[in-house]
Amino acid sequence: MAESTATGRQTTGSARAPSSFVVSLLGVAASLALTFIGLTAITFAIGRVMPADPVLAIVGDRAPQDVYDQVYQQLGLDKPIYVQYLRYLGQLSKGDLGVSIMTARPVMDDILRFFPATLELATIATLLGVLVGIPMGVFAAVNQGRWPDHVVRIVGLIGYSVPVFWLGMVALLIFYAKLGWVAGPGRLDVYYDGIVDPVSGVLLIDAAMVGEWDIFKNAASHLVLPASILGTFTLAYIARMTRSFMLDQLNQEYILTARVKGASEHAVIWRHAFRNVLVQLITIIGLTYASLLEGSVLTETVFAWPGIGQYITNSLFNNDMNAVLGGTIVVGVCFVGINMLSDLLYRLADPRVR
Amino acid sequence: MIRLKHLFMVIAAAVFLAASPVRAATPGDTFVIAKDIADIITMDPAEVFELTTGEIIANIYDRIMMFEPEDLKTLVGGVAESWEISADGKTITFAIRPGLKFHSGNPVRAEDVAWSLQRVVKLNKTPAFIVTQFGWDADNVDELVKATDDGHVQVTITEEFSPGLVLNAMSAGVASVVDKVLVMQHEKDGDLGYDWLKSNSAGSGAFSLKTWKANEIVTLEANAGYRHGAPGMNRVILRHVSEPSAQRLLLEKNDIDMARNLTPDQIKGIMGNAEIVVDGYPKGTVVYMAANGSHPILGKPEVVQALRHLVDYKGMADSFLAGQFVVHQAFWPGGLWAALEETPYSLEVDKAKSLLESAGHGDGFKVTIHTLTNSPFPEIAQSVQATLAQGGISADIVTLEGKTLWPKYRAREHDIILARWSPDYVDPHSNADAFAHNPDNRLEAKLTGVLAWRNAWADPASNELAVTARNELDLGMREKQYVELQKMLQTTGPYVIMFQQNEQVARRKNVAGFVSGSNFDLVFYRNVTK
Repeated sequence: MAESTATGRQTTGSARAPSSFVVSLLGVAASLALTFIGLTAITFAIGRVMPADPVLAIVGDRAPQDVYDQVYQQLGLDKPIYVQYLRYLGQLSKGDLGVSIMTARPVMDDILRFFPATLELATIATLLGVLVGIPMGVFAAVNQGRWPDHVVRIVGLIGYSVPVFWLGMVALLIFYAKLGWVAGPGRLDVYYDGIVDPVSGVLLIDAAMVGEWDIFKNAASHLVLPASILGTFTLAYIARMTRSFMLDQLNQEYILTARVKGASEHAVIWRHAFRNVLVQLITIIGLTYASLLEGSVLTETVFAWPGIGQYITNSLFNNDMNAVLGGTIVVGVCFVGINMLSDLLYRLADPRVR
Repeated sequence: MIRLKHLFMVIAAAVFLAASPVRAATPGDTFVIAKDIADIITMDPAEVFELTTGEIIANIYDRIMMFEPEDLKTLVGGVAESWEISADGKTITFAIRPGLKFHSGNPVRAEDVAWSLQRVVKLNKTPAFIVTQFGWDADNVDELVKATDDGHVQVTITEEFSPGLVLNAMSAGVASVVDKVLVMQHEKDGDLGYDWLKSNSAGSGAFSLKTWKANEIVTLEANAGYRHGAPGMNRVILRHVSEPSAQRLLLEKNDIDMARNLTPDQIKGIMGNAEIVVDGYPKGTVVYMAANGSHPILGKPEVVQALRHLVDYKGMADSFLAGQFVVHQAFWPGGLWAALEETPYSLEVDKAKSLLESAGHGDGFKVTIHTLTNSPFPEIAQSVQATLAQGGISADIVTLEGKTLWPKYRAREHDIILARWSPDYVDPHSNADAFAHNPDNRLEAKLTGVLAWRNAWADPASNELAVTARNELDLGMREKQYVELQKMLQTTGPYVIMFQQNEQVARRKNVAGFVSGSNFDLVFYRNVTK
C-alpha cells in the first residue's frame, strides 16, 4: 500500500511535470499582468483624484484661459478617464511611457538616467546591511542578554529610529564639513561632471570601464555617506531580524542534540542554526533591497542625489502622471523581480523546496 | 561566502581610497551656483515662464531691447542698435546691429528677429500674451511684424498702447532672438522647432546651453565672441540642491561659489564666516493678500479697508522676515520706474474695529486664509491670523502646494488668499493689467490670468486709469498716472499689499560681478569673476 502510493505519486509527478511547469509559468505571467494592470489603474485613478492640476504645471499659474484650454486638450484631459487609461495602456504595450511634463523628455530616458543613481546607492547600502548586519545579529543572538546583545540593540534602535534626514545632515556636518574625509552632496564634484559618458549610468562602473580612476575615487567618495546612512538603516533592520530568527532556532531541540553530539559551537551556530535562518533572511533582504530601489526621498534630498525617489516625488507634486506611472511601473518591476529572485534563492538555500 | 569576502574587501578598499582628503574649491574658470532648479520645464524662450529658466535664458539669448547688468535701470537696445517710432506711435522700426553672430556661427539677421516674435505668437504658450496684447495673432503677425530689409524690423500694433510699453515688452523673455536657420533644421511636423528648443539653445547671448539634466544640473558655456566681449567665466553651472542646509555646507566647504536658497536662519549662521559674503537684492516680487469680492462680507470695501489695518507689517518685517522682505504697500515694486514707495498702513486695531462696525460686522466673522506651503507664507498667515483675531475676525489657515492652490484661486473658490506676484516684464502695465484692470467680471468671462477677475473685483475708474496709463505717449504723464493708480488701489480694491522681496544670496568672498536685478529675469552671469 505504502509502496503503491509512493509509486503513484511518483508517476503523477513526472506525468504532470511539463504541463504543471507551463501552467505555473502561465500563472506567473497572468499574476504579473494583473499586478501591473492593477498598479497602473490605481496610480492612474489616484492621479485623477488629486487636486493638483497637471495643466497648470505646464502653463504656469497666470496663463490666460485659451492657453490653458489648448494644453488641456493636448493632454487629452477632455476625454473620459477610461479612454485616457486605455490610451495609456496602448502606448505602454509598445514600450512607450510617454513624455514627462517636468523634464520634457521621454519618461523612459528619465528613468534610465535616475534609476542607476538609486541602484548604485541601494546596492551598496544593502551589501553593507548584509555584510555587517547579519554577523551582528548572529553575534547578539549568541550572546543574548549580555553586553554585545545590548550594544547591537542600541545600534539597531538608533539606526532604525533616528530620522535618516537628521542623521544625514549630522554625518555631512562631521565627515564632510568638519573633517573633510569624504565628498559632500551630489554624485560628483563639478570638476568631473560630464567627463565620463554614461553607459550603465552607475558611475563606479562607467568610470572603472574607461579607467578614469580619479573619477571613480570621487564618485566613491560621494557615495560613502549616503550609502552608509541608508546602510545603517538596513543594517539595523537586518541585525534585529537576524537576532530574533537566530534566537528562535537556538532554542530548538535539534540545536541541543547537535551540542550533545559534540558539534563545535561554530558548527552549531553557522551550520545548524544559521542555515535554517537563511530562508527567512533572504525574504527580509529581498524586501529591504526592493524598498531601497524605490529610492529614498529623504536621503536623496539631503545628499542632492538625483535618484528615482526624488524624481517620482517631484513628479507627484506636479501631477506629472506619465512620470509617476512610469516610476511606479519600474518600482513594481523591481519588487516583482526581486521577489522572483528570492524565490529562486529559497530553492538553493532550503533543501525542502528543491 | 568566499565571493562575498572578496566583494567586502573591494568595498573596504574603495571606502579607504575615497576617504582620503578631498580637494575643495571649484575650478577656477567655472562659476558654480547651488539652487533649487526643480521648476525648470523648458528652455524655449517662447514658453519659459519659470524663475530659474527666466534667469537662464536671459544669459543665453540677446533680446531686441535689454537691460544690461552695467545699468539695470536703463532700457537699451539689445539686438536692436536703434529704433524709430512713427508719428502715431503705432509702428516701431528697429535697426539691427550689424555683424552679430549666433552661437552656431550664423549671422543675426532682421529675419531672425521678426521670426522669433512670430514664432512666439504662433506657438501661443503662456508668456505669449506679453506680445499678443498688442493685437497680434497667428493670422496677422506675419504682416504686423516683419523684416523690411536685411537690417530692419518693423513692428506695428493695432491696439492703442504706449510705444514706451511696447519697447519695454521687447525686453521680455519672449523677445529673445532665436537662430531661425538652426531651429528650423530641427523642426518636426511644423512645430517651429518647439520640441527641440525645449532642451537646446539657439541664441546669440553671453552663454550657450551645454547640458540640462532635469533635477540635477544645468551647464552653460561662455560665448567668446559675445558682443560685449567674452564672459569672465568659461562655464556656469547650476547644481540642483533642494535642501538649503546642504547648500550651506557646500558653500562653506568651497565646493560651490554661490548658494541661492538659504533660509534666514542659515544666513544668520553664515554671517560670521569671513570667507562668505551675503548680498541682498531687492526683487520685483510682492506679497499680498486679496479678499474675494463675491464673498458676502469680504466684498464690502470697508471690510477690506479694515483688513489693511489688521496686519502687523513692521512686526513681521523686523522679525521672521528680516532681511528677506521689506514693507511695501503698492502693486508695483519699489526701486523701479513709477514706483510708489509710501507705506500708509500699520497695525491699528481701533481703526479696523470702527470700520468693521460701520460695515455692520462689529462682532466679527469667520474666514479662511488660503496660502502656499512654503516659507514664509505659513508664518505670515499665522501672524495675520493673530492680528485679525484682535479685530474680532476668526481666520482658519489652509496651506496648499501651488499646483493645488492656483486652480482654486483661478476658480474664485477662496475667501482670502495670501500669495505673491512678480512682474512678467519691466513695465508697470504688467502689474496694473493684473491688479487693476478687469474688463469683464462675469464668471463665464474666465479671465483667469487676471488677479482682479480672480477676486471678482471690477471698478470703472480703475479700469479707465489703467488703460489711460497704458496708452499714454508722454513718459512723464505715464509715470504720474501709474503712481495715481497705485494710490487708488491702496484704498479701493480687494488687495492688502504687504511686502517686497529682498533676495539674499551668499557667495564666496572671491566671487565678484554677480548681478541680480529687480525682475526675475534680470540676473546676469557674464561679469562674474573669481
